[in-house]
Amino acid sequence: MSQLVIQNLHVSIGEKPIVKGLTLTINSGEVHAIMGPNGTGKSTLSKAIAGHPDYTITSGDVLIDGVSILAQEADERARAGIFLAFQYPSEIPGVSIANFLRAAQQARLAEGEEIDASAYYKRLYSKMDLLKIDRKFTSRAVNDGFSGGEKKRCEILQMAMLEPKFALMDETDSGLDIDALRIVADGVNTMRGPNLGVLLITHYQRLLDYIVPDHVHVMYDGRLVKSGDKSLALELEAKGYDWIKKELQAATA
Amino acid sequence: MKPPTDTDTLTAPADATTVENPAVGIDQTAGNFSYKVDYAFDAGTGLSEDTVRYISSVKKEAPWILEFRLAALKKFFSMPLPTHWATKDLEAIDFQKIRYYLSQGQKPKRTWDEVPDDIKKTFERLGIPEQERKFLAGVEAQFDSEAAYSNIKDIVAKQGVIFVNSTEGLREHPEIFKKFFGKVIPTGDNKFSALNSAVFSGGSFIYVPKGVKVAQPLQAYFRINAENFGQFERTLIICDEGAEVTYMEGCTAPKFSTSTLHSAVVELVALKGAKIQYITVQNWANNVFNLVTKRGIAHEDAEIKWIDCNIGSRLTMKYPGVVLKGERARGEVISIALANDGQHQDTGAKMIHAANHTTSNIVAKSISVGQGRSTYRGVVHIPKHLKGCKNNTECDALLINTNSRTDTYPAITVRGDKNSTQHEASVSKVSEDMIFYMQQRGLTEGQAMSLAVNGFINDLARQFPMEYSVELKRLIDLEMEGSVG
Repeated sequence: MSQLVIQNLHVSIGEKPIVKGLTLTINSGEVHAIMGPNGTGKSTLSKAIAGHPDYTITSGDVLIDGVSILAQEADERARAGIFLAFQYPSEIPGVSIANFLRAAQQARLAEGEEIDASAYYKRLYSKMDLLKIDRKFTSRAVNDGFSGGEKKRCEILQMAMLEPKFALMDETDSGLDIDALRIVADGVNTMRGPNLGVLLITHYQRLLDYIVPDHVHVMYDGRLVKSGDKSLALELEAKGYDWIKKELQAATA
Repeated sequence: MKPPTDTDTLTAPADATTVENPAVGIDQTAGNFSYKVDYAFDAGTGLSEDTVRYISSVKKEAPWILEFRLAALKKFFSMPLPTHWATKDLEAIDFQKIRYYLSQGQKPKRTWDEVPDDIKKTFERLGIPEQERKFLAGVEAQFDSEAAYSNIKDIVAKQGVIFVNSTEGLREHPEIFKKFFGKVIPTGDNKFSALNSAVFSGGSFIYVPKGVKVAQPLQAYFRINAENFGQFERTLIICDEGAEVTYMEGCTAPKFSTSTLHSAVVELVALKGAKIQYITVQNWANNVFNLVTKRGIAHEDAEIKWIDCNIGSRLTMKYPGVVLKGERARGEVISIALANDGQHQDTGAKMIHAANHTTSNIVAKSISVGQGRSTYRGVVHIPKHLKGCKNNTECDALLINTNSRTDTYPAITVRGDKNSTQHEASVSKVSEDMIFYMQQRGLTEGQAMSLAVNGFINDLARQFPMEYSVELKRLIDLEMEGSVG
């Protein structure tokens, strides 16, 4: 049982504040969805938590089980259990998925310890079977020339292999057709369980038909402005984001 | 200069305090050490006719070799540095401050037990004997000027293969080597081939008789141990009709405060239907000037393939070439260069087509890190009167951080309408997002960069013999780890 706590977080890109005081607690076993209009800071939030060097955390804190991760490099945060499923995953020409994941596993071992290659492949293949991914897939170079759906499938496979404590899924559904969306959703649902906390970042409610969240939050202008259960997503779908904006204006007026 | 004597005695044991943690394996940290050695033969500092005469007399050479050397020395002094097209950094070499010949006076040893202990320690740290024990058909390891250890497994010797150092080759087998020596690369080919021709010592002479296919690679190891030293090995490989051989060389030098010069000449002759594969993995300290001339002649149906990996050095200038002299001859250069901060890799290939239906292939990949600079320079020449000739040239550059510089100068001259060539070049970058992506999976920045680099050269590295691709990967890992700031 783990806990990810985001405490009054402020994030800037350059001089520009993007996230302006966001607080959220995610326990393992829970699936939280953050919805909101474009440009409201959703992706910035996930990249800042993962430690992207372009995003400066100006105040607030992020803690895993009470320990702040803000002083850690991106790779240390990853090894501490943070996984970011990218909206636009990078291509790594010449590096096969199998070798990439192997290097990532190796990086998690103590110095001088060597990965057990046959155990690694056994595990890789069992995860692929579970996610219904063809064996040939892992001999391809990471994301190199992949379709949108293949890239997302590659992210899901990495997530299954690395078994993070918390997965941040950044607009995982963007650019996916309905079949690819199902693959992603099936993957996440397969991994869903008491050891994994999930933060789904999405613009559309459609993903939430497939991955049903425990909690839904609305993000607007760098803050969470409304929280509820899955019915909130449906309400947003019906009324649009303008409804939230008006509500906010009424509250501040 | 020490008087040339016949002593075979060794003095001064190694300074034991420099030997800590004797690691096995060839890597930069293992290479970055030196031993205190008292040299029985020392040509002193500076270059003159006396230097050349000294080297020749120590080696007890035939008069024609001394003549050859002296003529080369004249040529060297008369030629300008090629700074009209190459970097002005060459002017930093002070030829009068270099030591041209250092030797402990030992004859090449034939068994590991006979090798002096301190030299043995060097090689043990570099992993040479272990490799040799495992699978190598023969090893010639050069410590400063002369081969300290050379061995050729019985099976290769029984096939009639000659694998000796250049001194021994010229002395014992003049009938074979004199015919080809200095013919592929004439003395005056360039200023540094002239220098090598004047002061050469060490290097390998290999003759593979007709039809003999050497199953396992022959290996040489070159190491500079002394400060201000110039290493000038000379290698000649003759592969007789239908014969095949693979030769691998590795190079290291410890880091000294002053720069060091390595200027080798390598000549290959592949007679009718012969195949030569020549593999180099160099890992010089970053103050070595590495100026090497490498060329082969491929006769009818013969094949010469250069695989050249350049890591380290302050400046490397190296353009392995093949003269495609006989019909249907094939030439190939596969080159990988990594230029880190303060380094300049000026590398490439030359393909001179001189017969019909000859084919050549050049694949060059360079990686520039930090302030490192990579230059590709190539020549492909197919004259008008030939037909059925083909060339393929690919140059790919990878840049890691915005300060790196890369240049490509491909000179492809294809005349006539019965020949073809294709040329592709690409420049790619390891972006911050790519590094972040990999870091997000748990790899450190250094691991991420070396993975990106290894991915970039992966299709070439796969062509290497296993142990060399493993070594190359390890060298890249070390380079990249050191480059994270």
